Amino acid sequence: MTLSPAARDRLIGLASPVFLLLAWEGFGQLGWIDQRFFPAPSRIAMSFARLSSSGELWTNLAASLMRLFWGYLLGGIPALLLGLAMGLYRPVRALIEPLVAATYPIPKSAILPLILLIFGLGEASKVAMVALGVFYPMIINTTAGVLEIEKIYLDVGKNFGAGRGQTFRTIALPGAAPLIMAGMKLGAGLGLILIAIAEMIGAQSGIGYMIWNAWQLMSVDTMFVGLIVIAILGFAFNWALDEVERWLLPWKARG
Amino acid sequence: MDNIKEEPDLEEPAQQASRRAHRSDPTENLKAMAVPELALAPSTTAPATAKIEIAGLSKVFATRTGPFTALDTISLDIAGGSFCTIVGPSGCGKTTLLRILAGLENPSAGRATIAADNPSKPLNAMVFQGDSIFPWMTVWNNAAYGLRMRGAPKAQIRDVVGHYLDRTGLLPFADRYPHQLSGGMKQRVSIARAFATDPEVLLMDEPFSALDEQNRTLLQEELLKIWDVDKKTVVCITHSVDEAVTMGDRIVVMTAHPGRIKSIVEVPFPRPREVLALRREPAYGALVYRIWGDLRDEVDRARRQEAAIEA
Repeated sequence: MTLSPAARDRLIGLASPVFLLLAWEGFGQLGWIDQRFFPAPSRIAMSFARLSSSGELWTNLAASLMRLFWGYLLGGIPALLLGLAMGLYRPVRALIEPLVAATYPIPKSAILPLILLIFGLGEASKVAMVALGVFYPMIINTTAGVLEIEKIYLDVGKNFGAGRGQTFRTIALPGAAPLIMAGMKLGAGLGLILIAIAEMIGAQSGIGYMIWNAWQLMSVDTMFVGLIVIAILGFAFNWALDEVERWLLPWKARG
Repeated sequence: MDNIKEEPDLEEPAQQASRRAHRSDPTENLKAMAVPELALAPSTTAPATAKIEIAGLSKVFATRTGPFTALDTISLDIAGGSFCTIVGPSGCGKTTLLRILAGLENPSAGRATIAADNPSKPLNAMVFQGDSIFPWMTVWNNAAYGLRMRGAPKAQIRDVVGHYLDRTGLLPFADRYPHQLSGGMKQRVSIARAFATDPEVLLMDEPFSALDEQNRTLLQEELLKIWDVDKKTVVCITHSVDEAVTMGDRIVVMTAHPGRIKSIVEVPFPRPREVLALRREPAYGALVYRIWGDLRDEVDRARRQEAAIEA
């Protein structure tokens, strides 16, 4: 059977977690690893089924997804617009770049207390954490994406009479799109990390809350269900964004 | 290329010459009035029908080490419907000259005007050096770019773009993206894009320099065939003397920095020209030799200048 390289990559991508799970199960059954700390996948699966049929999992998942969605939009869209403006206009860059450079290295988890202070314990603080996580990779990548556009393309636009809006739409946005997509993927990952952290403190719902709560109850299976759900979300986001990229950027040659 | 179709007569009524100042320099034009017509400039035949009029054109760039004169009082008239090639050592300012004509740079002094026969046409379209077609657009959308930016009606875009893609042999590849094309095909897209806007003047900046010898010869031939149909006014920069002689009606040889016109050579060969047949003519060799003679001093000077900068 011959596979296209893309199909082969996808198969390999599926094979590695499957292999890990099988090994884990085997070692668990053999008693080589302590089931109290590392319950075998079959036990985790059972708890997954229990949490899923009780609806607990879905309530928490929905809460997290909602926060991720709003955080992604509220962090991503301003970052995209600011990034494009920073890439196209030097004064905007000079104004904003130092601020970004200075605040970017601050660990976002370290800002959580401040965020809680500002936004309170409700939804807003969770959304704000995700937005923060998405904002930085998006703004940095978008700016870099616009700056990386070959100058000759701007000359072409000018020579063929493209106005400001047309230059933006036909050159800046598509030219920066590959790096914007990379920023979106990084942002999705950081958003997941931060939502889990944010939900562990002062939340009453969400996957992060579920994990934290399970730890307090020493319900290790549930904890693993939470971790696995986050892993699956990360994988799903990445896959979805890959598909979006394939559809949006058919012109990128993929090796 | 066998797929050349006769196309409806695109020749504009001659002598309608409503002169339009170049887009880029509304104020420069006023300044130019104060500049006396320069007698210093090398011989230029200046018929009233010149399509492109370059008068006392200078360009000085501000650099860290002080002002750098790229072009020094260039005066040159280019007749409508003629193919003018410009050769010169690298760094002689020939690209700057073309960029001023293209409206991508403003002159420091003097003026460059393109006579507009038809106000609805763009003044110029440029075939850029190297990869200039947008990687994020298909061949079709690249070729249609100029027309779209000008807001041309859909039906016109369909006809014109189809026509030029057909003429350049790219119609079967209309839906491809540039990364799926060879270098020669990309440059043909660039040529189609420029022709499609039906500009008053076509500007070419070393259009084939990135191609290998075989592709270059083929593309020169194809370009000449397309050009023979509607004889647009062309200004084409090249560093290849062969290319200049093969394609041009007139060859302008420029000096090393600062860029001035050293000589203007008429190319007597009849059209349509067969590139390979032309190149075996003794007269062709003689002309290439003569231009090389003019050019060699300048190339040597350019080298000495570079060595002086390095030192």
